[in-house]
Amino acid sequence: MPPRSTVRDAFSVSLTVGVYGVAFGAASIAAGFSVLQSCLFSLLTFTGASQFAAVGVVASGGAAASAIAAATMLGTRNALYGIQMAPLLQVKGIRRITAAHITIDESTGVALSQAPRGSEAMRAGFWLTGVGVFVFWNIFTLLGALGAKTLGNPASWGLDAAVPAAFLGLLWPRLETTFLRLVAVASMGFALLVTPLLPAGLPIIVTVAVAIAVGWRPR
Amino acid sequence: MSPTMLWIVLLGTSAFSFSIKLLGHSVPQHWLSSARLQRINALIPISLLSALVVAQGFVVKTHVVIDHRLAGLAVALAALFAKAPFPVVVVAAAATSALVYHLH
Repeated sequence: MPPRSTVRDAFSVSLTVGVYGVAFGAASIAAGFSVLQSCLFSLLTFTGASQFAAVGVVASGGAAASAIAAATMLGTRNALYGIQMAPLLQVKGIRRITAAHITIDESTGVALSQAPRGSEAMRAGFWLTGVGVFVFWNIFTLLGALGAKTLGNPASWGLDAAVPAAFLGLLWPRLETTFLRLVAVASMGFALLVTPLLPAGLPIIVTVAVAIAVGWRPR
Repeated sequence: MSPTMLWIVLLGTSAFSFSIKLLGHSVPQHWLSSARLQRINALIPISLLSALVVAQGFVVKTHVVIDHRLAGLAVALAALFAKAPFPVVVVAAAATSALVYHLH
Protein backbone atom coordinates (compact mmCIF):
# COMPACT_ATOMS: atom_id res chain seq x y z
CA MET A 1 0.00 0.00 0.00
CA PRO A 2 1.25 3.51 -0.80
CA PRO A 3 1.61 5.97 2.11
CA ARG A 4 -1.71 7.56 3.15
CA SER A 5 -0.27 11.03 2.54
CA THR A 6 0.54 10.06 -1.07
CA VAL A 7 -3.03 8.85 -1.61
CA ARG A 8 -4.37 12.06 -0.07
CA ASP A 9 -2.13 14.28 -2.26
CA ALA A 10 -3.13 12.36 -5.39
CA PHE A 11 -6.83 12.55 -4.59
CA SER A 12 -6.93 16.26 -3.77
CA VAL A 13 -4.98 17.15 -6.92
CA SER A 14 -7.19 14.88 -9.04
CA LEU A 15 -10.43 16.39 -7.80
CA THR A 16 -9.27 20.02 -7.95
CA VAL A 17 -7.86 19.70 -11.45
CA GLY A 18 -10.69 17.48 -12.64
CA VAL A 19 -13.23 20.20 -11.90
CA TYR A 20 -11.54 22.37 -14.58
CA GLY A 21 -13.04 19.88 -17.01
CA VAL A 22 -16.32 21.80 -16.71
CA ALA A 23 -14.64 24.83 -18.28
CA PHE A 24 -13.21 22.68 -21.08
CA GLY A 25 -16.56 21.02 -21.82
CA ALA A 26 -18.23 24.42 -22.03
CA ALA A 27 -15.45 25.92 -24.18
CA SER A 28 -15.59 22.97 -26.55
CA ILE A 29 -19.36 23.33 -27.03
CA ALA A 30 -18.96 27.09 -27.54
CA ALA A 31 -16.41 26.36 -30.30
CA GLY A 32 -18.93 24.19 -32.15
CA PHE A 33 -17.96 20.67 -31.06
CA SER A 34 -20.68 18.19 -30.07
CA VAL A 35 -21.05 16.69 -26.59
CA LEU A 36 -19.63 13.40 -27.92
CA GLN A 37 -16.63 15.16 -29.49
CA SER A 38 -16.00 17.15 -26.30
CA CYS A 39 -15.94 13.92 -24.27
CA LEU A 40 -13.69 12.18 -26.81
CA PHE A 41 -11.28 15.12 -26.56
CA SER A 42 -10.89 14.55 -22.84
CA LEU A 43 -10.67 10.76 -23.21
CA LEU A 44 -8.23 10.68 -26.14
CA THR A 45 -6.19 13.89 -25.99
CA PHE A 46 -6.18 14.13 -22.18
CA THR A 47 -3.87 17.09 -21.70
CA GLY A 48 -5.80 20.13 -20.54
CA ALA A 49 -3.94 23.09 -21.98
CA SER A 50 -3.66 21.42 -25.41
CA GLN A 51 -7.39 20.66 -25.45
CA PHE A 52 -8.19 24.27 -24.58
CA ALA A 53 -5.80 25.45 -27.30
CA ALA A 54 -7.35 23.26 -30.01
CA VAL A 55 -10.90 24.39 -29.30
CA GLY A 56 -9.67 27.96 -28.77
CA VAL A 57 -8.15 28.14 -32.25
CA VAL A 58 -11.33 26.64 -33.74
CA ALA A 59 -13.46 29.17 -31.84
CA SER A 60 -11.35 32.05 -33.19
CA GLY A 61 -11.97 30.84 -36.76
CA GLY A 62 -8.58 29.23 -37.34
CA ALA A 63 -7.83 26.34 -39.67
CA ALA A 64 -7.71 22.71 -38.50
CA ALA A 65 -3.93 22.60 -39.01
CA SER A 66 -3.47 25.67 -36.77
CA ALA A 67 -5.59 24.09 -34.05
CA ILE A 68 -3.63 20.82 -34.16
CA ALA A 69 -0.28 22.66 -34.27
CA ALA A 70 -1.12 24.88 -31.27
CA ALA A 71 -2.24 21.86 -29.24
CA THR A 72 0.82 19.84 -30.23
CA MET A 73 3.27 22.59 -29.29
CA LEU A 74 1.59 23.00 -25.91
CA GLY A 75 1.95 19.25 -25.41
CA THR A 76 5.71 19.07 -26.01
CA ARG A 77 6.38 19.40 -22.29
CA ASN A 78 4.71 16.02 -21.79
CA ALA A 79 7.62 14.41 -23.69
CA LEU A 80 10.04 15.87 -21.16
CA TYR A 81 7.86 14.55 -18.33
CA GLY A 82 7.93 11.11 -19.95
CA ILE A 83 11.72 11.16 -20.08
CA GLN A 84 11.75 11.82 -16.33
CA MET A 85 9.07 9.25 -15.48
CA ALA A 86 10.17 6.29 -17.67
CA PRO A 87 13.24 5.31 -15.57
CA LEU A 88 11.13 5.55 -12.41
CA LEU A 89 8.20 3.47 -13.69
CA GLN A 90 10.18 0.81 -15.67
CA VAL A 91 7.11 -0.50 -17.51
CA LYS A 92 6.62 -2.18 -20.90
CA GLY A 93 3.79 -2.96 -23.32
CA ILE A 94 0.25 -1.95 -22.40
CA ARG A 95 1.37 -0.49 -19.06
CA ARG A 96 3.82 1.80 -20.85
CA ILE A 97 1.04 2.93 -23.23
CA THR A 98 -1.19 3.64 -20.22
CA ALA A 99 1.62 5.44 -18.40
CA ALA A 100 2.28 7.58 -21.49
CA HIS A 101 -1.40 8.53 -21.80
CA ILE A 102 -1.59 9.75 -18.19
CA THR A 103 1.75 11.62 -18.35
CA ILE A 104 0.60 15.18 -17.66
CA ASP A 105 1.56 18.14 -15.44
CA GLU A 106 -0.24 16.76 -12.38
CA SER A 107 0.84 13.08 -12.43
CA THR A 108 4.48 14.14 -12.97
CA GLY A 109 4.19 16.91 -10.37
CA VAL A 110 2.79 14.65 -7.64
CA ALA A 111 5.33 11.89 -8.47
CA LEU A 112 8.24 14.33 -8.12
CA SER A 113 6.79 15.79 -4.91
CA GLN A 114 6.83 12.31 -3.31
CA ALA A 115 10.63 11.98 -3.70
CA PRO A 116 11.31 12.34 0.06
CA ARG A 117 9.01 9.31 0.67
CA GLY A 118 10.95 7.06 -1.71
CA SER A 119 10.49 5.73 -5.25
CA GLU A 120 7.59 3.42 -4.29
CA ALA A 121 5.61 6.49 -3.18
CA MET A 122 6.69 8.35 -6.34
CA ARG A 123 5.33 5.56 -8.54
CA ALA A 124 2.10 5.43 -6.52
CA GLY A 125 1.79 9.22 -6.81
CA PHE A 126 2.17 9.04 -10.59
CA TRP A 127 -0.42 6.28 -11.15
CA LEU A 128 -2.98 7.46 -8.59
CA THR A 129 -2.86 11.07 -9.79
CA GLY A 130 -2.84 10.18 -13.48
CA VAL A 131 -5.82 7.83 -13.19
CA GLY A 132 -7.57 10.14 -10.69
CA VAL A 133 -7.32 13.21 -12.94
CA PHE A 134 -8.42 11.08 -15.91
CA VAL A 135 -11.60 9.98 -14.11
CA PHE A 136 -12.59 13.40 -12.73
CA TRP A 137 -11.50 15.35 -15.85
CA ASN A 138 -13.75 13.20 -18.04
CA ILE A 139 -16.75 13.30 -15.68
CA PHE A 140 -16.56 17.09 -15.43
CA THR A 141 -16.01 17.52 -19.18
CA LEU A 142 -19.31 15.71 -19.76
CA LEU A 143 -21.08 17.89 -17.17
CA GLY A 144 -19.63 21.09 -18.68
CA ALA A 145 -20.55 20.07 -22.21
CA LEU A 146 -24.11 19.10 -21.26
CA GLY A 147 -24.47 22.31 -19.24
CA ALA A 148 -23.24 24.53 -22.09
CA LYS A 149 -25.45 22.67 -24.57
CA THR A 150 -28.59 23.50 -22.57
CA LEU A 151 -27.55 27.15 -22.09
CA GLY A 152 -27.57 28.13 -25.78
CA ASN A 153 -25.98 31.41 -27.01
CA PRO A 154 -22.44 31.46 -25.48
CA ALA A 155 -22.22 35.27 -25.23
CA SER A 156 -25.51 35.45 -23.36
CA TRP A 157 -24.02 33.38 -20.50
CA GLY A 158 -20.54 34.86 -20.65
CA LEU A 159 -19.00 31.67 -22.07
CA ASP A 160 -17.09 33.74 -24.63
CA ALA A 161 -15.30 35.48 -21.75
CA ALA A 162 -14.98 32.32 -19.66
CA VAL A 163 -12.63 30.81 -22.25
CA PRO A 164 -9.98 33.59 -22.25
CA ALA A 165 -10.40 33.79 -18.46
CA ALA A 166 -9.62 30.06 -18.31
CA PHE A 167 -6.46 30.64 -20.39
CA LEU A 168 -5.49 33.46 -18.05
CA GLY A 169 -6.08 31.11 -15.11
CA LEU A 170 -3.83 28.46 -16.72
CA LEU A 171 -1.16 31.08 -17.47
CA TRP A 172 -1.17 32.78 -14.04
CA PRO A 173 0.60 30.14 -11.91
CA ARG A 174 3.39 29.89 -14.52
CA LEU A 175 4.34 33.57 -14.16
CA GLU A 176 6.71 32.94 -11.27
CA THR A 177 9.35 35.57 -12.08
CA THR A 178 9.43 39.09 -13.51
CA PHE A 179 11.22 37.67 -16.55
CA LEU A 180 8.36 35.21 -17.24
CA ARG A 181 5.78 37.97 -16.73
CA LEU A 182 7.64 40.07 -19.32
CA VAL A 183 7.59 37.13 -21.75
CA ALA A 184 3.82 36.89 -21.25
CA VAL A 185 3.28 40.61 -21.86
CA ALA A 186 5.55 40.55 -24.92
CA SER A 187 3.64 37.53 -26.28
CA MET A 188 0.29 39.26 -25.81
CA GLY A 189 1.59 42.39 -27.53
CA PHE A 190 3.01 40.34 -30.39
CA ALA A 191 -0.24 38.39 -30.83
CA LEU A 192 -2.25 41.64 -31.00
CA LEU A 193 0.22 43.13 -33.45
CA VAL A 194 0.05 40.25 -35.95
CA THR A 195 -3.73 39.69 -35.63
CA PRO A 196 -4.75 42.07 -38.45
CA LEU A 197 -1.95 40.74 -40.70
CA LEU A 198 -2.59 36.99 -40.63
CA PRO A 199 -5.53 34.60 -41.18
CA ALA A 200 -7.53 33.80 -38.04
CA GLY A 201 -5.88 31.31 -35.70
CA LEU A 202 -2.38 31.76 -37.13
CA PRO A 203 -1.35 34.57 -34.73
CA ILE A 204 -1.59 32.04 -31.87
CA ILE A 205 0.93 29.71 -33.56
CA VAL A 206 3.23 32.49 -34.71
CA THR A 207 3.52 33.81 -31.15
CA VAL A 208 5.66 30.75 -30.34
CA ALA A 209 8.38 32.78 -32.11
CA VAL A 210 8.58 34.89 -28.95
CA ALA A 211 9.36 31.79 -26.86
CA ILE A 212 11.95 30.59 -29.38
CA ALA A 213 13.60 34.01 -29.69
CA VAL A 214 13.78 34.55 -25.92
CA GLY A 215 14.90 30.99 -25.12
CA TRP A 216 17.47 30.70 -27.93
CA ARG A 217 20.39 31.95 -25.86
CA PRO A 218 21.03 31.57 -22.13
CA ARG A 219 20.20 34.69 -20.16
CA MET B 1 -15.89 24.84 -39.25
CA SER B 2 -17.51 21.83 -40.98
CA PRO B 3 -18.30 18.65 -38.98
CA THR B 4 -15.57 16.77 -40.88
CA MET B 5 -12.96 19.38 -39.98
CA LEU B 6 -14.02 19.27 -36.31
CA TRP B 7 -13.39 15.51 -36.33
CA ILE B 8 -10.00 16.11 -37.99
CA VAL B 9 -9.07 18.59 -35.24
CA LEU B 10 -10.21 16.16 -32.54
CA LEU B 11 -8.45 13.08 -33.93
CA GLY B 12 -5.35 14.97 -35.12
CA THR B 13 -4.88 16.65 -31.74
CA SER B 14 -5.36 13.34 -29.94
CA ALA B 15 -2.93 11.45 -32.19
CA PHE B 16 -0.17 14.07 -31.90
CA SER B 17 -0.68 14.57 -28.16
CA PHE B 18 -0.39 10.85 -27.48
CA SER B 19 2.62 10.45 -29.81
CA ILE B 20 4.48 13.16 -27.91
CA LYS B 21 3.75 11.48 -24.59
CA LEU B 22 4.83 8.06 -25.89
CA LEU B 23 7.97 9.58 -27.41
CA GLY B 24 9.00 10.80 -23.96
CA HIS B 25 8.60 7.29 -22.55
CA SER B 26 10.48 5.66 -25.43
CA VAL B 27 13.59 7.69 -26.26
CA PRO B 28 16.91 7.46 -24.40
CA GLN B 29 17.13 9.92 -21.54
CA HIS B 30 19.89 12.06 -23.09
CA TRP B 31 17.67 12.91 -26.06
CA LEU B 32 15.67 16.14 -25.89
CA SER B 33 17.95 17.23 -23.09
CA SER B 34 19.76 20.10 -24.85
CA ALA B 35 19.75 23.24 -22.74
CA ARG B 36 18.30 25.30 -25.59
CA LEU B 37 15.38 22.92 -26.06
CA GLN B 38 14.68 22.96 -22.31
CA ARG B 39 14.69 26.78 -22.20
CA ILE B 40 12.39 27.14 -25.21
CA ASN B 41 10.12 24.36 -23.98
CA ALA B 42 9.67 26.12 -20.65
CA LEU B 43 8.62 29.32 -22.44
CA ILE B 44 6.25 27.82 -25.04
CA PRO B 45 3.27 27.42 -22.67
CA ILE B 46 3.66 31.04 -21.55
CA SER B 47 3.75 32.42 -25.11
CA LEU B 48 0.93 30.20 -26.37
CA LEU B 49 -1.39 30.76 -23.40
CA SER B 50 -0.75 34.53 -23.62
CA ALA B 51 -1.61 34.49 -27.33
CA LEU B 52 -4.76 32.47 -26.57
CA VAL B 53 -5.91 35.01 -23.93
CA VAL B 54 -5.57 37.75 -26.54
CA ALA B 55 -7.09 35.75 -29.42
CA GLN B 56 -10.10 34.76 -27.35
CA GLY B 57 -10.51 38.00 -25.43
CA PHE B 58 -9.85 40.77 -27.93
CA VAL B 59 -10.27 39.37 -31.42
CA VAL B 60 -13.21 38.82 -33.77
CA LYS B 61 -12.00 37.01 -36.91
CA THR B 62 -8.92 39.09 -37.81
CA HIS B 63 -9.90 42.33 -36.05
CA VAL B 64 -8.81 43.53 -32.63
CA VAL B 65 -11.96 44.60 -30.79
CA ILE B 66 -12.92 45.76 -27.30
CA ASP B 67 -16.28 44.35 -26.17
CA HIS B 68 -18.09 42.80 -23.19
CA ARG B 69 -15.36 40.17 -22.88
CA LEU B 70 -12.91 42.83 -21.64
CA ALA B 71 -15.05 43.38 -18.54
CA GLY B 72 -15.01 39.64 -17.88
CA LEU B 73 -11.23 39.44 -18.29
CA ALA B 74 -10.68 42.45 -16.02
CA VAL B 75 -12.67 40.71 -13.28
CA ALA B 76 -10.73 37.47 -13.91
CA LEU B 77 -7.46 39.38 -13.50
CA ALA B 78 -8.69 40.96 -10.25
CA ALA B 79 -9.79 37.54 -8.98
CA LEU B 80 -6.36 36.05 -9.80
CA PHE B 81 -4.61 38.89 -7.96
CA ALA B 82 -6.90 38.12 -5.01
CA LYS B 83 -5.70 34.46 -5.22
CA ALA B 84 -9.20 33.17 -6.03
CA PRO B 85 -9.41 29.50 -7.10
CA PHE B 86 -9.71 28.67 -10.80
CA PRO B 87 -13.49 27.97 -10.90
CA VAL B 88 -14.21 31.28 -9.16
CA VAL B 89 -12.04 33.12 -11.71
CA VAL B 90 -13.87 31.57 -14.65
CA VAL B 91 -17.39 31.96 -13.24
CA ALA B 92 -16.78 35.58 -12.16
CA ALA B 93 -15.50 36.40 -15.66
CA ALA B 94 -18.49 34.74 -17.31
CA ALA B 95 -21.04 36.45 -15.04
CA THR B 96 -19.49 39.89 -15.56
CA SER B 97 -19.23 39.47 -19.31
CA ALA B 98 -22.84 38.25 -19.55
CA LEU B 99 -24.04 41.21 -17.50
CA VAL B 100 -22.26 43.74 -19.72
CA TYR B 101 -23.48 41.89 -22.83
CA HIS B 102 -27.11 42.25 -21.73
CA LEU B 103 -26.78 45.83 -20.48
CA HIS B 104 -25.16 46.92 -23.72
